[in-house]
Amino acid sequence: MQIRQLEISQNFSRLPQTLLFSLRNHLEIWATVIVILAAATFMLSRGTGFSITLVTVFAIWAMLAVSLNLVLGYTGLLSVGHVGFYGIGAYTAAVLTANPRQELLEGEIIQIFAWPFFAALPVAVLLCGVVALIVGVAFSRFRDDVYVLVSFGFAIIAYNVFVNWQWVTRGPFGIHQIPKPVIFGYTINDDLEFLLLTLAFLAIIVGISWLIVTSSFGRVLKAVREDEDAIEVFGYRSSRYKLAIWVISAMMAGLAGAMLATYTSFVDPNSFILLESILLVAIVILGGLASIWGSLLGALAFVLLEEGVRFVPFLPPEHVGQVRQIILGTLLVLLMLFRPQGVAGRFKL
Amino acid sequence: MTTSERHSIESSFVLQTLDIEKHFGGVSAVDRLSISIPRGLITAIIGPNGSGKSTLINLLSGTLPLDGGMVVVGPKRLRAIRPYDSPNIGLTRTFQDVRLFEQISVLDNLYVVMTERSSLLSLFQRARKEHRERAERILHVVGLWEKRNDLAEELSYGQRKLLEVGRLMAMNTQIYLFDEPFAGLALHMIEVVKGVIRELQEYDRTIIFVSHNMGIVRELSDYLIVMDSGRLLARGQPDRVLNDPAVIEAYLGN
Repeated sequence: MQIRQLEISQNFSRLPQTLLFSLRNHLEIWATVIVILAAATFMLSRGTGFSITLVTVFAIWAMLAVSLNLVLGYTGLLSVGHVGFYGIGAYTAAVLTANPRQELLEGEIIQIFAWPFFAALPVAVLLCGVVALIVGVAFSRFRDDVYVLVSFGFAIIAYNVFVNWQWVTRGPFGIHQIPKPVIFGYTINDDLEFLLLTLAFLAIIVGISWLIVTSSFGRVLKAVREDEDAIEVFGYRSSRYKLAIWVISAMMAGLAGAMLATYTSFVDPNSFILLESILLVAIVILGGLASIWGSLLGALAFVLLEEGVRFVPFLPPEHVGQVRQIILGTLLVLLMLFRPQGVAGRFKL
Repeated sequence: MTTSERHSIESSFVLQTLDIEKHFGGVSAVDRLSISIPRGLITAIIGPNGSGKSTLINLLSGTLPLDGGMVVVGPKRLRAIRPYDSPNIGLTRTFQDVRLFEQISVLDNLYVVMTERSSLLSLFQRARKEHRERAERILHVVGLWEKRNDLAEELSYGQRKLLEVGRLMAMNTQIYLFDEPFAGLALHMIEVVKGVIRELQEYDRTIIFVSHNMGIVRELSDYLIVMDSGRLLARGQPDRVLNDPAVIEAYLGN
C-alpha cells in the first residue's frame, strides 16, 4: 500500500518532465489542439459575426501562406516578394471591377471598367502569372541570399508602382467601392456566403498544392532545395522547376489578393508593404516549412494573435500593433532556437 | 587503315576526349588531354593528388564547363556539356564529396532520378509500382532497405556513399563515372560497390572509376589511365601500365 502511494507520488512529481517530453515530441499535435481550441473559444465568446470575419481573414492569409510554402518550404527559395503578387492580384481585381465615378477628384481621368468580379478574377490571376514569368526568368538564376535580395527588390518595386502609377491605382487614395462577387445574377453580399466562397478557393489552392507536392514534380522541387547542382547532373533543369513553382505560387497569391479586394471593397498601397511579406514568411516558418498543414495552422495562429491581442485587458489600443509584432518576433526566435523546422514541418532552413 | 578498320576502332571506344582543357587561374588542371574509354569495360583512372582526375570527371559530366577541346560520345561531338544534358549523352556520376538530397527520404533519393524529366509532365506523375520495385531491388543490393524511410542526412558516412551508388543504379545510362567510390568504406561495403560495378558491366555498361586503392584497381579494372599534372602519363592494360617506370616514378618520386 505504501509502495503504491510512493509510486503515485513519484509519477506525480515526474509529471512536469513527462509533459515537457510529450510537448517536445508531439509539438505538432499539441499545437494543433491548442490553436484550434483557442480559435473555438475565441469565436464562441465573440459571436457569429466576429467568427465569420475571423475565418474569412484566416482563409485569405492561409491562401498566401500555403502558396508561399511551395516556394519557401518545398523549393527552399526565401522570397519576400510574395506581397507584390498579392498586391497585383488585389489591384487588378480592384481596377477592373470598381466604379468610383462619384468620388473622382476634379479633372481626374481614370479608366472605368466596372467588370463583374468573376470576369476580373481570372485576369488578376493570369496577370500575376505573366508578371511572375517575366521576373522569374531572371530570378530563377539566383539562389540563397541573393534570392532574398532580388525578391526584396521586387516587393519594393511593386509597392512603388502601387503608390506612383496614379492614373491606374489612384496612388495613396486607394480604390473604393469594389463590388461583391456576383454568381449567375446573385450577389454575394452575405458574410457567411462570402466566407464559403473564400473557403472554396482555399480548398482549391490546398488541393492543387497537395497534388503538386506529392507528384514527381514536388519531389524534384525538394531535391532542388537540397542540392541544385547535383539534381542537374541527373537531367533536371533546376531553373525551370524554380520558375514553374514561382509562377504557380504567384498566381495563388494573386487569387488571395483579388479575394481581399472584393472582401474589404477597398485597396490602398498600405496593405502591400514589405512588412506583410515578412509576417507571411514568419507564418510559414512558424507553421512548418514544407508542410501544407503547418501553413494552415500558422495562418490560424497568426489571425488569432492579430485579433486576440486587441482584447488583452489594460493594453492601450495604440500599442496593440507593436505587441503583436513583439509576440510574433519572440515566437520566431524561440522556434529557430529550439525547433528550426517549425511546428509541423520537416525541413530545416 | 581502311574505313572498316577505323570504324571498328571508333566503335570500340564509347567516349573520347580531344585536347580538352581546364584552367583555374593560371593553373592547368586538365591540360590538352586526349583519352579514349573502351566500350563495355571497367576503366580505372589513377594519378597523384592534384593530377586532375576529379576535374576530368567534372568536365565529362558537365559539372565544370570545358575551356577547350571536344568530347566525343557516340555520334555526338561536344564542345560544351551542360550538366542537365549528361544523362541524354548517356552518362551519370557519383561525387567525391558525397552529394545526396539530405532532407528527403532514402527512397525519395532514388525515386527522384527515376521519374519524368519534363517539368510539365512530372506534375502529373507519381511514384508507380515499377519505380517501387526497382527502388526496392536497389536498396536490397546496397543494404539500405531497412533505412528506406530515414532522411538521407541520418545515414552514416558509408551508408551515404552506398546510397549514392544506389542512386547511380537507378539511372539508366551507358557510362557510369565513379569518383573515389571506395574511399572511407568498410571492407564489406567495398565488396558491395565492387559487386555493383561488376553487375553494371554484365549489362554491357561502361564504367570509369577514380581510385587511390591499387589493390582494387588491379583487381577490378580492365583498362588503366594514369594522369599527372592534368596530362596523360600512361594508358593500357593495368599490369603493364603499373610496371611502367614513368608511372612508378610519378607515384614514388625519384
